[in-house]
Amino acid sequence: MNRIHSFEELKNIHTELKPLLDVRKHNVDINKEEKIEIHICGGTGCKASQSDKILANLDEAIKVNGLSNKVTVSITGCFGFCEKGPIVKISPDNVFYVKVKPEDAKEIIEEHIVNRNVISRLLYEEPTLKETVKRQDEMSFYKKQHRIALRNCGVINPEKIEEYIASEGYLALGKVITSMTPDEVIQTMIDSGLRGRGGGGFPTGQKWLFAKKSKANQKYIICNADEGDPGAFMDRSVLEGDPNTVIEAMAIAGYAIGASEGYIYIRAEYPLAIERLKIAISEAREAGLLGKNIMGTDFSFDVFIKYGAGAFVCGEETALIHSIEGFRGEPTTKPPFPAVSGLWEKPTSVNNVETFANIPPIILNGPKWFASMGTKTSKGTKVFALAGKINNVGLVEVPMGTTLREIIYEIGGGIKDGRKFKAVQTGGPSGGCIPAENLDIPIDYESLNAIGSMMGSGGMIVMDEDNCMVDIAKFYLEFTVDESCGKCTPCRIGNKRLLEILTKITEGKGTDQDLEDLQELAETIKDTSLCGLGQTAPNPVLSTMKYFMDEYVAHIKEKRCPAGVCKSLLQYHITDKCIGCTKCARQCPANCISGKVKTMHVIDEDKCIKCGACQTSCPVKAIIRR
Amino acid sequence: MCKSVLNEEKFHELEEFINTLSNKKGAVIEVLHKAQHIFGYLPEEVQIFVAEKLNIPASQVFGVVSFYSYFTTEPRGEFVVNVCMGTACFVRGSGNVLTEFEKKLNIKSGQTTPDSKFTIGSLRCVGACGLAPVVMVNDKVYGNVKPEDVDKILADYY
Repeated sequence: MNRIHSFEELKNIHTELKPLLDVRKHNVDINKEEKIEIHICGGTGCKASQSDKILANLDEAIKVNGLSNKVTVSITGCFGFCEKGPIVKISPDNVFYVKVKPEDAKEIIEEHIVNRNVISRLLYEEPTLKETVKRQDEMSFYKKQHRIALRNCGVINPEKIEEYIASEGYLALGKVITSMTPDEVIQTMIDSGLRGRGGGGFPTGQKWLFAKKSKANQKYIICNADEGDPGAFMDRSVLEGDPNTVIEAMAIAGYAIGASEGYIYIRAEYPLAIERLKIAISEAREAGLLGKNIMGTDFSFDVFIKYGAGAFVCGEETALIHSIEGFRGEPTTKPPFPAVSGLWEKPTSVNNVETFANIPPIILNGPKWFASMGTKTSKGTKVFALAGKINNVGLVEVPMGTTLREIIYEIGGGIKDGRKFKAVQTGGPSGGCIPAENLDIPIDYESLNAIGSMMGSGGMIVMDEDNCMVDIAKFYLEFTVDESCGKCTPCRIGNKRLLEILTKITEGKGTDQDLEDLQELAETIKDTSLCGLGQTAPNPVLSTMKYFMDEYVAHIKEKRCPAGVCKSLLQYHITDKCIGCTKCARQCPANCISGKVKTMHVIDEDKCIKCGACQTSCPVKAIIRR
Repeated sequence: MCKSVLNEEKFHELEEFINTLSNKKGAVIEVLHKAQHIFGYLPEEVQIFVAEKLNIPASQVFGVVSFYSYFTTEPRGEFVVNVCMGTACFVRGSGNVLTEFEKKLNIKSGQTTPDSKFTIGSLRCVGACGLAPVVMVNDKVYGNVKPEDVDKILADYY
């Protein structure tokens, strides 16, 4: 793209490019449009299921049918409906195909495009209604969503800056640097009520204000893209599907606080996001939207990528800064806050990817528009990564104040295989498990804290009756123990002791005293740890103890795991259905099953290693697990 | 220190990369990523080389290498099998998948087979939670993996 010399020029280019998205946004009968566009998800999930191959096959089939001047096919960012990928969407009729295979490409072109027949076997079936749905806007997964941060994901091609500009891209930056003072920008952010989407929930405008007030010859903007919370993938989707929005918002932040350089700190596990960012940065530089004298103004700003190397604690802003400086990612005490002394001891504002993605629309639509959504203390929308035992795994963006029940049952389509809901875990390793009785609470930063969990970065893992809550608490503790940087004692040693007690309980060696110790130790760690990682690490333990104490008691008193997960507590038992076929005895690796041919067999509990091989081998299902 | 001809080339490649950096300040993690890409792992002599070229203490380089889970000081197998142990994969049974790989390859997570063909590891979330449980072999992602799929996956690499 040629260099853009002024905001006026950008606006003209936007008007010129806008029709690019017409077919996608028209939403009309396929016979009413000349052009047809096919979009295929190019995110990590769908790529793993061969979306590249589907793209190539579609292209091929278009050529074979001589449709090249009428039908185009291109990639887009993540549609968020990852469970059912690869996704192929046809515009203008808005038909949404799921679980498409490379060999389906030919049929899509010949049936849908040439013969105008929707292919019903590729449509999505609503799990609750058992009916197929044709159009994206009719799917219950999308109906209740309100997409601001994800507005361009699944709409534009993330590798083409033209499509971002067609979708109002860089207009917010142009408006800011030509007609607003830095103070006005900050006031807009404060008025909008936008709070940090990475976990802390600190008001973004305030953060910028502190950084602006600090006097220095150099300041920095950092984008925290170290999405370490396992089970959360909204930042990856934004970076893969709409990288330019992050770059634009970083430049706006730079203008507001007086910084000329920005760093994106991204985890090395996201190679595709890194690739897309690199393309976007180089295109933006070429177009004069990054670098010296942006759009011909006095404002200069450039963005550089820095890689993480696998350390969860680097999501904490002081640790992240040390990592960018080339040190071990250990946190330091605040104050001084990064806004006063951050990267290379200069004032720095660290904001998360999703926070940035909200900023251009706030500038363009005004703070009132944003503040009109959400609850009293939490404005706007939040993206949640819905995963675990749920029918529709994917990214969901809803207004703050939506209830967990709406998200799980209406958007998420309910629990997988018709099982019973047990808990939903929010906030990743720092959050807690929420039981069924709290499903109707409208969620925002405060309400989640009040029930012992937290917003965190928006991971939402659904668990059913087959998940053991003690085992889940242990799982999170294993994570924190592994990821604790070791700098402060409560986190380094305390969490390890917590994990040891939990392991003891899952092995059936727990005592009543252990429950008291868990509680006391967990609260001490919360109170005394240096950074957010340690201060929140005991949350999974405390919340499961609060809501699922019966499971802890079953493990300790009855030596039983109600969900049948904790191996040491399982017992395999042969019932009188046994026909004496000897199959199980021959399969048993520990030789602990005895019995003669055609007589009932017996398992020696002491020798049994609980591998379950006997149960799988039994032809009459006579072996049960308790 | 004895460096083979092949190693000499690798060190040369790394040095060229370091020379292209416009700003060496804070570049150590980036350089170590490159070094691990070139050498496959980060033995002591590579770490010392990086320290010298960036003009920082070797202790800082070692501190960084030992802190971040991405860096390894042991050579790894030709194919690195990484089972995702993120929460979404865990609640859908990735633990059993990992155990099955350990059983089939007869090594524990973190170890390499004696013929240097496979290394087993685990990682925290690749962000493809819709495909849980997820296994990565080098850069290839396998989704919805069940323990009974392990043989089939390994067969791709024999």
